[in-house]
Amino acid sequence: MGRFFLHAFLLLATLFFLLPVYLVILTALKEPAKITLDTVWHWPEPVYWESFHIAWEAFRPKFQNSVVLALSATALSALVGALNGYVLAKWPFRGSNLLFALMLFGMFIPYQSILIPLFQFVKAIGLYGTLWGLILVHVVYGIPIVTLIFKNYYSEIPDELVEAARIDGAGFFGIFRHVILPLSAPAFVVVAIWQFTQIWNEFLFAVTLTRPESQPITVALAQLAGGEAVKWNLPMAGAILAALPTLLVYIFLGRYFLRGLLAGSVKG
Amino acid sequence: MRKWFLAIGVALGLSALAQTGKLEIFSWWAGDEGPALEALIRLYKQRYPGVEVINATVTGGAGVNAKAVLKTRMLGGDPPDTFQVHAGQELIGTWVVAERMEDLTSLFRQEGWLQAFPKGLVDLLSYKGGIWSVPVNIHRSNVMWYIPAKLKEWGVTPPKTWAEFLATCQTLKRKGLEAPLALGENWTQQHLWESVALATLGADGWNNLWSGKLKFTDPKVVAVWETFGKVLDCANKDAAGLSWQQAVDRVVQGKAAFNIMGDWAAGYISTTLKLKPGTDFAWAPSPGTSGIFMMLSDSFGLPKGAKNRQNAINWLKLVGSKEGQDTFNPLKGSIAARLDSDPAKYNAYGQSAMKDWKSNRIVGSLVHGAVAPESFMSQFGTVMEIFLQSRNPQAAANAAQAIANQVGLGR
Amino acid sequence: MRDRITAFLVLLPSLAAVAIFVYGFIGQNLWVSLTDWGKNPAQALALRPELHFVGLENYLELFTGFVDVRFRQSVVNLIFFTLFFMGGSLGLGLLLAMALDRGPKGEGFFRTVFLFPMALSFVVTGTIWRWLLQPQGGVNVLPTLFGLPPFHFPWLTTRQQTWVFDWNQLPFYTALAVGLTLLYVAWKAHREGERKRLFWSLLSSGVLLVWAFTLGRTTHLLPYPEPHGFSLALVGVILAAVWQMSGYTMALYLAGLRGIPVEVLEAAKVDGASEWQTYRHVILPLLAPITLSAMIVLGHIALKIFDLIFAMAGLDYAPTDVPAIYMYLLAFRGNQFAKGAAIGILLLLLVALVVIPYLVSQLRKEVRR
Repeated sequence: MGRFFLHAFLLLATLFFLLPVYLVILTALKEPAKITLDTVWHWPEPVYWESFHIAWEAFRPKFQNSVVLALSATALSALVGALNGYVLAKWPFRGSNLLFALMLFGMFIPYQSILIPLFQFVKAIGLYGTLWGLILVHVVYGIPIVTLIFKNYYSEIPDELVEAARIDGAGFFGIFRHVILPLSAPAFVVVAIWQFTQIWNEFLFAVTLTRPESQPITVALAQLAGGEAVKWNLPMAGAILAALPTLLVYIFLGRYFLRGLLAGSVKG
Repeated sequence: MRKWFLAIGVALGLSALAQTGKLEIFSWWAGDEGPALEALIRLYKQRYPGVEVINATVTGGAGVNAKAVLKTRMLGGDPPDTFQVHAGQELIGTWVVAERMEDLTSLFRQEGWLQAFPKGLVDLLSYKGGIWSVPVNIHRSNVMWYIPAKLKEWGVTPPKTWAEFLATCQTLKRKGLEAPLALGENWTQQHLWESVALATLGADGWNNLWSGKLKFTDPKVVAVWETFGKVLDCANKDAAGLSWQQAVDRVVQGKAAFNIMGDWAAGYISTTLKLKPGTDFAWAPSPGTSGIFMMLSDSFGLPKGAKNRQNAINWLKLVGSKEGQDTFNPLKGSIAARLDSDPAKYNAYGQSAMKDWKSNRIVGSLVHGAVAPESFMSQFGTVMEIFLQSRNPQAAANAAQAIANQVGLGR
Repeated sequence: MRDRITAFLVLLPSLAAVAIFVYGFIGQNLWVSLTDWGKNPAQALALRPELHFVGLENYLELFTGFVDVRFRQSVVNLIFFTLFFMGGSLGLGLLLAMALDRGPKGEGFFRTVFLFPMALSFVVTGTIWRWLLQPQGGVNVLPTLFGLPPFHFPWLTTRQQTWVFDWNQLPFYTALAVGLTLLYVAWKAHREGERKRLFWSLLSSGVLLVWAFTLGRTTHLLPYPEPHGFSLALVGVILAAVWQMSGYTMALYLAGLRGIPVEVLEAAKVDGASEWQTYRHVILPLLAPITLSAMIVLGHIALKIFDLIFAMAGLDYAPTDVPAIYMYLLAFRGNQFAKGAAIGILLLLLVALVVIPYLVSQLRKEVRR
């Protein structure tokens, strides 16, 4: 009996999570003229692949923007995070804990509260409307979370290892290079996945700080779906394209993805 | 003589060929309205093949998304070379007062546009001794759309006043039509409001509202909201989720009898839905506004600091030319702003609109930027939301007056 | 020693960046919120706008101004959204985790399915659910596939509100809520024998309650009644948000459940506790810290929610408005930059209220360790 309920519940939940996906695929594969509200759940007859083609044509430059943005911002941010985490975990100084806490607060602020000055700043340094401006912003606002993940990870590395290297005459960077870095792969993976997903999916900065040429895909999708005479096959095909990279990351690196998710919350 | 012509021709041709660099045109014309702009751009490329045209469109909500993007770009000190803007207060109250636009008076003189465009329109584009944008088209806001065959089937005729409309609405409801009036998202509701207001206040009353002579709290204006509320009861309840095209679709599919929308709807119904104007679908001035043409005009301006100024000026010249306007407008479903355009190039709707444009009393649209500054417009959406939520005419009237005071309407 | 200086120098750029981008900008935003930027159209979009200090005028207008009724509804919307979104995600997440904890066949598959929406952006989720919640399609016609009549709930397009209250009663309700909370604190202090805490909480609670029932009933923010309530259009937004985030709480809870030592459960069994009692008295209390962390994370996501609503309903639609949307609308469409900045500051205060105590407690724990 209990088993029955268990499975019924799981089945129901699976439907809740997967039905939207089913509808998205269904709609993306329909001819625009055949999309009517009362037949939304009917299988497309014939299957119409053209939507993906059109959506891809329309989205390709934005997709490329997103790729450049997410990859470069992620790489930079991982590097910064590793160094910060290393300092805070292995070279703490008086007040470093307080500074760390002040830093962490940046992770939680609603970005609306800094949007106007940020906008003015990016404009003032001449990066408004460029991908570089957006990359800078993502790296900076990513500092708290990446520092947190690396600090927690490096705290698990025994101090004795660092101590031993120091006695052997290694300096700050030497220890980082030869002791810490070789052990860091898992943390790098976690940070890379986390940042990549976050940056790929981000919208507010993207919509405020870019011009059409430098728009990432989230902005393009929101504009397409909110646009005139919505023929839903295109937004749906676009949604699939916009979701694909992060979904692939999730499917193939799910374990690390989860660790990134948990990093921000279950610590200590 | 011929030699001279040749020489001039070569010189012109050379100067055109010499024109290089880029031209970024910012607009919200995509989708169904895209082909008209593309035709105009093609014409530009024929004249100036050396120029790379960047067609920067931002879609959605009759330009509201585009305006937000434009604003961030202008604030960012990164203006496009030229941008689409509604002629009138939308341009003046936002960009001209902030001293972000170049005066185009000399261009108007040079191109003979002071004679080519109706004086009333030029007045609308003028502020503090300057002329600030080049109008490319004229649209009409107060139009009611219907399918004659369907009306015949239901046994009703297009109503001439809002009282008649409400009676017709009851008849249709009795015949099982749940929502005789098709309505879409917020701005289309404001669009409906301006037709109701024009009918209730008349052309003079409407103008007085924007010059500040008539207060929103005046009983006559409160009455607009009362009628508007009754009209809303005839409309579909899921309005907020529909674009204007989807609202038009309801009429075409026979799920609703009428739709009040600007005459870009004619372009959508004839081009995209392939219905024949005058026979398959028909139109009338929105109830109670016969003889009045509530106009709006898309125009292009020249922002200060445009990176490719000369290319932009060439674009403006094309936009204001007879050839440019007669290329653009038949595709867009609008009529030319110029008085000398060629009726043969327009379909049945366009020709009827051209006739009205020349004979009717002209007033400006609120929702589409002609009569009130953006600071009023953007908050009028909130007034609409207040009314839709409370259905209280007095509350809406008070809110509208509060905004009018705040932005100094008519000053 | 040289290494210590190097270490500090390595950290310095990040510290500087955070100091500028977080604290500096908050300060600047605070300044903007105290000016008249946007009041005068000639200055609003000028290349170098002249700003004048106006004090708290923008804040005052938001809470009492006639036209800013929309801001007040957006705050009410935000509160309801946050409550239901948190409740829904925690509840569904816990149920899913408990189900998976029993090790059903295909556990890995289910886990993947429940968690995948986390990989999507709110924009994608919003686009999908906007389509799914069309009043005459999507979810509503699902029953017709089984020959049942369609649903008629209009989802995002409804303007209906329930639990309507008068904004003027807000001081009263606030004082009442805070007063009662303090009373509870006092009661706990009494049980724990903390005399000092008992005295102060009892005193302040008393003052607040007395104020609430005397002056509080007659203190009116507005000269007229202004109804606000739970906007039913939010139900669809909440549904989409729960769809996206409940996998996350599931993952948290599952990790928590798997972390409970078997001995503890065995002991409960030996003591004769039923399955329900074990959950109620053993497992749930052990999961409390996880619930707290999840609440913080979900809470701050909820308070910041923007993209989901942008994609589902657009900026113009008041029934699904939240302050983050209204801020963007005011600043980047209505040119009211100062007022937009003021909303940003209010949002920040709201988030800080939730997050700072959490950060402080985490930090203390760390120091204690």
